[in-house]
Amino acid sequence: MSFSEIDGSGAVLVAAQRRVEMVVLKADLSNKTTRATLKKLLGGPVPAPRKIVNNVAWMAPDELLIMVPDGSSADGLVALLNAGVKAPVLAVDVSDARAVFSLKGNHAREVLAKGAPVDLSPGAFGPGDFRRTRLGQVAVAFWLEAEDEFQLVCFASMREFMFDWLVNAAQKDSLPGYF
Amino acid sequence: MLLLKCPCCGVEGEETEFHCGGEAHIRRHATGSTDGEFASYMFERKNPKAVVFERWRHVFGCGKWFHAARCTVTLEVFATYGAQVLAPPKPVIAKIKARRPDWRQK
Ligand SMILES: [Zn+2]
Repeated sequence: MSFSEIDGSGAVLVAAQRRVEMVVLKADLSNKTTRATLKKLLGGPVPAPRKIVNNVAWMAPDELLIMVPDGSSADGLVALLNAGVKAPVLAVDVSDARAVFSLKGNHAREVLAKGAPVDLSPGAFGPGDFRRTRLGQVAVAFWLEAEDEFQLVCFASMREFMFDWLVNAAQKDSLPGYF
Repeated sequence: MLLLKCPCCGVEGEETEFHCGGEAHIRRHATGSTDGEFASYMFERKNPKAVVFERWRHVFGCGKWFHAARCTVTLEVFATYGAQVLAPPKPVIAKIKARRPDWRQK
């Protein structure tokens, strides 16, 4: 991944990623046939509620967010999904509508815990977990990319505000040291 | 602070992650109704002191609507349940009665 903006002045590294190709899929995920088809088309299992597997995230009972791997395109995946699922389905390229951030450092949890009403203790939120919530007043979703690295996605219209919010929340000597 | 469990995605969150949609199980009176029925549907709400049934939306989460039964005095949430019902299901009533034996459903 490449970054358009990085701030390393705080206790946690805040980085805005350049452009992440991603697709939103709307379909009834409780339908067995649809799940089997998606498994084939995505090359992996449909994630359980509130989980992320192989860059496929569970957003709602009828919604997935799929981060497209480097080297393939959102266009191709959109066409594949819309043609391949034999049930009411809608796949849309939302790459330009989203902003993605990386938060890297031992205290990344504490930065998010400042603004999200979520139990972010290591025992309650671990690798594979995916949470849609708010951060400050902004609708976001986040997950653990590695032990010490969170990925966060929000609407592109909030990119600058979110970056500033994260940098502010990550200031040195401002973290509670709770986790 | 209200703590609600979204029955659609399973998240147990606090109320700032949700948005309240007002009193639940209201019968819609529109075309063909009398002025009195329409006025009642449009303007009159129960506003009880104790058990209420409300519509809520998981606005910062999965985005889905659901129902909640809670107490306006203590903020205790008795149960949350799906949006596709016209009245609170029996298990929800049982949960309320277990906590408020004197409560009667009107
Ligand atoms: Zn939900």
